[in-house]
Amino acid sequence: MKQFFTFVRKEFYHVFRDRKTLLMLFGLPIAQILLFGFALTNEIKDSKIVVVDYANDPASREITQKLAASDQFELQSSLMSHREIEAAFRKGVVNLAVVFPANFNSDLLAQNSAQIQVIADASDPNKANTLTNYVNNILRDYQQERVNETQLPYQIQPEIRMLYNPELKGATNFVPGVMALVLVLICVLMTSISIVREKENGTMEVLLVSPFNPFLVIISKAVPYFVLSLFNLTVILLMSIFFMGLPFEGSLLLFYAESSLLIIAALSLGLLISNSTDSQQTAMLIALMGMMIPTMLFTGFMFPIENMPMPLRIISNVVPSKWYYIIVKSIMIKGLGFSAIWKETLILVGMTAFFLFVSFKKFKIRLA
Amino acid sequence: MQNVVIKTDKLTKKFGDFTATDAITFEVYEGEIFGFLGANGAGKTTAMRMLCGLSTPTSGEATIAGFDIYKDTEKIKANIGYMSQKFSLYEDLTVIENIRFFGGVYGLSDQEIKEKSDHLIDLLGLKEESKKLVGSLPLGWKQKLAFSVAIIHDPKIVFLDEPTGGVDPVTRRQFWDLIYEASNRGITIFVTTHYMDEAEYCNRISMMVDGEMKALDTPTNLKKTYNAASMDEVFFELARGAKRQAD
Repeated sequence: MKQFFTFVRKEFYHVFRDRKTLLMLFGLPIAQILLFGFALTNEIKDSKIVVVDYANDPASREITQKLAASDQFELQSSLMSHREIEAAFRKGVVNLAVVFPANFNSDLLAQNSAQIQVIADASDPNKANTLTNYVNNILRDYQQERVNETQLPYQIQPEIRMLYNPELKGATNFVPGVMALVLVLICVLMTSISIVREKENGTMEVLLVSPFNPFLVIISKAVPYFVLSLFNLTVILLMSIFFMGLPFEGSLLLFYAESSLLIIAALSLGLLISNSTDSQQTAMLIALMGMMIPTMLFTGFMFPIENMPMPLRIISNVVPSKWYYIIVKSIMIKGLGFSAIWKETLILVGMTAFFLFVSFKKFKIRLA
Repeated sequence: MQNVVIKTDKLTKKFGDFTATDAITFEVYEGEIFGFLGANGAGKTTAMRMLCGLSTPTSGEATIAGFDIYKDTEKIKANIGYMSQKFSLYEDLTVIENIRFFGGVYGLSDQEIKEKSDHLIDLLGLKEESKKLVGSLPLGWKQKLAFSVAIIHDPKIVFLDEPTGGVDPVTRRQFWDLIYEASNRGITIFVTTHYMDEAEYCNRISMMVDGEMKALDTPTNLKKTYNAASMDEVFFELARGAKRQAD
């Protein structure tokens, strides 16, 4: 046992002596949270729109005002003709144009129906969709108000409740994703590199010749990264609660237990990688290409897995962070207990056991 | 009759069709400095790895300090020290941390580690440098330190795999002083080398050519047998027939 602590202490020396890596380890989660929290967001704000108002009547003016007042839009000076709109789109100075035909208000009053043209720049289809949805919402609001004024005999008023995330914050989506990404990245990358480094330096031979149990070598290498990962997790958690205003509804204990599970899965993957290569560069490449990209793609926090074609959806099932992501969202945002996530947990346990088994099996006690 | 500490019988290692070491049989006596010579690719490192338990032989027998290399690897490990071809200390740890770490790995008590590290630092004249990172030391000092750490647990045998590669002659001489000192304490030294002047320092030397052991005797006797003025000539005489290209 004393030998084990000697070893763990040495691993901590390695971690703390390597300033650059240490900075990366602690900087990464913070940078990710700031990036995803403030820079990269799905919400579109202050999109430039133009309104072409051939009607210029009370109704069109009121709608125009509503558009101008919303956060999503920034009203540009009103252009007059269709031709000018086209030119503005080509130049890329507007994303959306709203055109009121002449007699908009009178049509509305006389025929109970009026048309409005919404033109969007669909070279970015997602953005175009989102923007036209915003316009639709504003129009629906306006109709609602008019309907209330005229007192129709019956009407359906949907009362919409956004469960768990009433403000529709993007953060509920990406914070659990960033947690998964950071844990996987640090654990897989750092363990594989630190084991391969011993091989490269020739110290692995010396350790294997010593009476020290080779499996303890591996376990003690994992300890510092396990501790670091838990620390990072706590930083992310605190940042998301105090910076992003995210709720934490569920059990903290359960959250850390499930996170530890993912960490162990990632550590054993790192071990697996280190077994199959002798150079730090290769280990890093495999870890980055093999872990970071699938984790980004298939965790579900960047691209919804439900929208993917069948083969990709199947592939996503073997990515551990996908299951962790579901688990964390359930615990953090929905406040669910273990009974709701036992299936995902079981899958994660199964994966961890499999990775551990394979990597220990493959670990070479002898060099040849 | 001297005590035998290493005894091999037709020890063979094959990698596929390639026979790295071919049925080598020899004995090493307690306290002697045994030189293990051969060109690059002659099979020295493979043979040494089998003796250290890093590699399982394809066939043949061997005992190290009386323990069988197939069955008693754990007991062997406790009785040997090893210094690898590559520099085998941690560059990002200080001198004293390295000593403590390897002392700890070999299961020494805190008291023993303290005494050993004080003694070592004194012996190597590293008092000023004890808190410096090993990476900042000159290569010669590193290698002397690596050797001292390899025998920190007073093993019966220490295996040195080309310990003096890339070191200047003066430092090499100092390194050999350390080897003699260890040898006088009864530690058996098993050393591979390229340098023929170092071969002269050994009590007995063996010559590997193409995986086979072509000669085994004292340097003086070898020179007599091959009618050579120096070990260099003995080496050329023996290695001339080598079919394997140096890698």
